[in-house]
Amino acid sequence: MTSPLQQKIKITGPSVVTANRTWDGIVVYRDGKRGWTPDLADAAIVRTADDARALLAESAADDVVAIGPYIAPVIVKDDGAIEPGNLRERIRRKGVTIDLPIPA
Amino acid sequence: MYAYDEMDRTLVNERVSEFRDQVKRRLSGELTEDEFKMLRLMNGVYLQLHAYMLRVAIPYGTLSAPQLRKMAHVARKYDRGYGHFTTRQNIQFNWIKLSDLPDALEDLASVGIHAMQTSGNCVRNVTTDQWAGVAPGEVEDPRIWAELLRQYSTMHPEFTYLPRKFKIAITASDHDRAAIKVHDIGLRILNNEAGETGFEVLVGGGLGRTPFIGKVIKPFVHGRDILSYVESILRVYNQYGRRDNIYKARIKILVHELGIEKFAAEVEEEWQVTRESALQLDDEVVADIRARFRYPGYEALSDTPDELTAASADPQFTRWLKNSVAAHQQKGYAIVTLSLKPIGGPPGDATAEQMDAIADLAEKYSFGEIRVGHEQNLALPNVAKRDLPALWRQLDKLGLATPNVNLITDIIACPGLDYCSLANARAIPIAQELTRRFANHDLADMIGRLHINISGCINACGHHHVGHIGILGVEKNGEEFYQITIGGRADEGAVVGTLIGPAVPYDDVANVIEDIVESYLALRARPDELFVQTVERLGVEPFKERVYATR
Ligand code: HEM
Ligand code: SF4
Repeated sequence: MTSPLQQKIKITGPSVVTANRTWDGIVVYRDGKRGWTPDLADAAIVRTADDARALLAESAADDVVAIGPYIAPVIVKDDGAIEPGNLRERIRRKGVTIDLPIPA
Repeated sequence: MYAYDEMDRTLVNERVSEFRDQVKRRLSGELTEDEFKMLRLMNGVYLQLHAYMLRVAIPYGTLSAPQLRKMAHVARKYDRGYGHFTTRQNIQFNWIKLSDLPDALEDLASVGIHAMQTSGNCVRNVTTDQWAGVAPGEVEDPRIWAELLRQYSTMHPEFTYLPRKFKIAITASDHDRAAIKVHDIGLRILNNEAGETGFEVLVGGGLGRTPFIGKVIKPFVHGRDILSYVESILRVYNQYGRRDNIYKARIKILVHELGIEKFAAEVEEEWQVTRESALQLDDEVVADIRARFRYPGYEALSDTPDELTAASADPQFTRWLKNSVAAHQQKGYAIVTLSLKPIGGPPGDATAEQMDAIADLAEKYSFGEIRVGHEQNLALPNVAKRDLPALWRQLDKLGLATPNVNLITDIIACPGLDYCSLANARAIPIAQELTRRFANHDLADMIGRLHINISGCINACGHHHVGHIGILGVEKNGEEFYQITIGGRADEGAVVGTLIGPAVPYDDVANVIEDIVESYLALRARPDELFVQTVERLGVEPFKERVYATR
């Protein structure tokens, strides 16, 4: 597999690095303090390809806590709130769009 | 049921303790994800969008009541109280934590269940007809041969790192319920003129990005030679399969590029070497496996018991009877399909409560046996006809008696973008909306047999290519769109469906399907001309015209 760091990085707007937490698989975001957070509001936002590459490199090096890091688009609202930038990321953040057989 | 021996149990238990150690080393950071990924995949552990997923094998789709109860237990204790039955006789748990996985696998191992051969580039869980051993007219129980192939292929050192995954399916009936023509190897059991058991061997079928219908590579291979013949195919594939390009790595591409004659010649050459090897099966080995399958002690029962006659006054019961109950080899018995396709529900899901209840019903009414079919439904294979009314009432209470088996609301759907990290679009909500549109069982009955299959991306886990109507999720400018194909089928007359035109948006899919169905109702020559037959007779044009006239 090509490492994420060898792939071309191209971002079109504000972005975050996201991954899944190793021990339980939940969605996490890279924060600005060299750690991971389940809360998108605490994610580090990058706006240039260079910053994105640096954040991704730092994330990939931290392989114990989270796996499969990649860059994902976000929308930053006027009030500073952060929302996922596409449907896939909305589903990753909020969970399945259907009712589960057993309500959580 | 098949009785596993001590060796099987030891193997499964050893595998769990190895995995426990690997998980521990991963969580401590001793193993990197790159090192660990292969190990977890060898134990059925995938990473989906928001959790790990555990895929567990149900060899040849046969489960005992204690095994199903254990699955309910795993769903309850480590997951979110339900499991998902897939098209390849597996069950998936969608929310399991890596740190819980060794315990879950250990619990499953206590009833002989494991996750080997459910992922990775090995020979996957060998599948077969869910009615094996009970279907009228079958040549012989295909599970005997599925078990031989299972034993042969489990952890086979030469075939653990094939160019790509490898799927084998077997049927022993004229009507193919195992979709053998869309498998890497499809085997159809038949007798030769001397009455000996052998196989018609098909190779190179598959779905995914480039769908192919399997081609006959040899019309008859004697049962004693089947392992050596399969091995010869695997060898040729292992040697020539494209390891450089994941999209071209399946055997279907190799067979297509070489041509079936050339490929067959290569296999034949290899086979001359392997044929007389230790892989040749003597009759005793086969007899030994055959003896390990325990068959129920059927009673001599009436085909028309009073209980059945009495219940026939209830139209709801008769509807279910007609739809979900099939003939059995034994007089007085029937095969009952349990629909996991409730109106508005996700296809193939069963809750822990349902699994426990089905296990109880299996013990009470089906000699403790449950079957799992590729259409994502379950079956009780050995029900006395006199018990059908009582069983129906209980299934109905459990939400397992929707009378839609093989009808338009019996939809196959992959997990799609609600779960799967490879998806382009959602599949489950589309299925749910379609079941609501066609919720009227009279209407569904009138439409007749019609399979809708939905995949959330081109990998085709939902078999969209071979759905009578196939729905494939694609992405266009960040929005979910769906391509519609019609005329596909997965049975003995397998064909890949034809695309009817440009993809349609999420909100319009159910309308398009309604248009297609309305055209069919207007165009069919007779009420019993099936949807696929109408498409075969008229082609896709009339359907295309109707769908795109106003779009
Ligand atoms: C995490 C979830 C899943 C992943 C990552 C996944 C991945 C894939 C991939 C990559 C392929 C294409 C293989 C190829 O053509 O080389 C495939 C095919 C297939 N998968 Fe899945 N799949 C998933 C879930 C499922 C489920 C839930 C089912 C059953 C409902 C399933 C059954 C199949 C089948 C039947 C095929 C096509 C037949 C063939 O092998 O050609 N998969 N899957
Ligand atoms: S078809 Fe695509 S979306 Fe559906 S389960 Fe397979 S890989 Fe995932």
